[in-house]
Amino acid sequence: MAEFSLPANSKVRKDGRVFKAAAGAKNVRVFKIYRFDPDSTENPRLDSYEVDMDACGPMILDALIKIKNEVDSTLSFRRSCREGICGSCAMNIDGKNGLACISACADVKHDIKIYPLPHMPVIKDLVPDLTNFYAQYASIKPWLQTRTPAPPDGERLQSKEDQEKVDRPSACILCACCSTSCPSYWWNSDRYLGPAALLAAYRWIVDSRDEAAGERLDYLEDPFRLYRCHTIMNCTEACPKDLNPAKAIGEIKQMMAHRRY
Amino acid sequence: MPARERPISPHLQVYRWQIGNSLSILHRLTGVGLAVGLLALCYWLVSLAGGQQSYATAIRMFASPVGLIVLIGWTFAFLYHLLNGMRHLFWDVGYGFERTQRHLSGWFAVLGATGLTVCVWALIWRLTP
Repeated sequence: MAEFSLPANSKVRKDGRVFKAAAGAKNVRVFKIYRFDPDSTENPRLDSYEVDMDACGPMILDALIKIKNEVDSTLSFRRSCREGICGSCAMNIDGKNGLACISACADVKHDIKIYPLPHMPVIKDLVPDLTNFYAQYASIKPWLQTRTPAPPDGERLQSKEDQEKVDRPSACILCACCSTSCPSYWWNSDRYLGPAALLAAYRWIVDSRDEAAGERLDYLEDPFRLYRCHTIMNCTEACPKDLNPAKAIGEIKQMMAHRRY
Repeated sequence: MPARERPISPHLQVYRWQIGNSLSILHRLTGVGLAVGLLALCYWLVSLAGGQQSYATAIRMFASPVGLIVLIGWTFAFLYHLLNGMRHLFWDVGYGFERTQRHLSGWFAVLGATGLTVCVWALIWRLTP
């Protein structure tokens, strides 16, 4: 059952700490960042950090790193590649999920509010627990499955057109921006696979070299795993790689219909 | 083991309202509204079966300012649910998933329902003696 409000231990206190910018800073912007300390007994809170943008890089991740280096080393967040390919710094920025490294501070007009990916168990600050998300990805068996023996003299080939079908969905970096933007996933992540896992399933179903499309569809044929998608399309709006999980899910639903009739 | 139970990160409370999720929730709300409206329709039919007096009471109620506002609301709910339902039908057969298609069809549903509601009530206004 959907719970629209946060449980008592998750309510965000508004009386967070405020870190002022150094005197003389001219181009100050305020970052309001969700903080949760697992070692304390306190509820999560929103801390405010004033950042001098004249001494900071242009991206949200630049500001987070500056805050961690210079203001408050207790701030925790994931980051790695800083160029939108690892998917580590996925978070909720100004109300929308995205990657901090490729989101510009200048695109947010007011105070910049940053939360962890929505409706996830929080390990610390901006670091959510993605265990379930990864388990769901594993459950769709994201690898090539074949029955026929491989050609003795080479690889399994496919035409250029067939490769193009998997080009886009293969570009998914599993950052979880889409799944954690989806209200259906919020209310039913224990049973609904979510857009990221379904996009991955689609990628293997349409792969001309894969020979397990039937089994893959069998696994998805379920009121929850697939059909909890209600085409809200927050997933596609959120995807930092400009992929279209909603469309992939729609096409899987059509394959279900076609194979039955 | 974590020292304490992990909190759930904020979701509905912080997520931005965009055209996609706003129209999706509006579709549900108008659906609920229409289900309630069905009760009102039943009441109207029962009042008709009950004879002149009960029918007059029902008409008085529907013609009151509150009654009119609710009726106009139901007209919008019906038309929006109808038009947005068409979007859902298109999605179900695999069309309309691209960004501009989604956004334009969304505006079509909202503005279309608003315009048609105005037309319907303008017509009722003209036909009412």
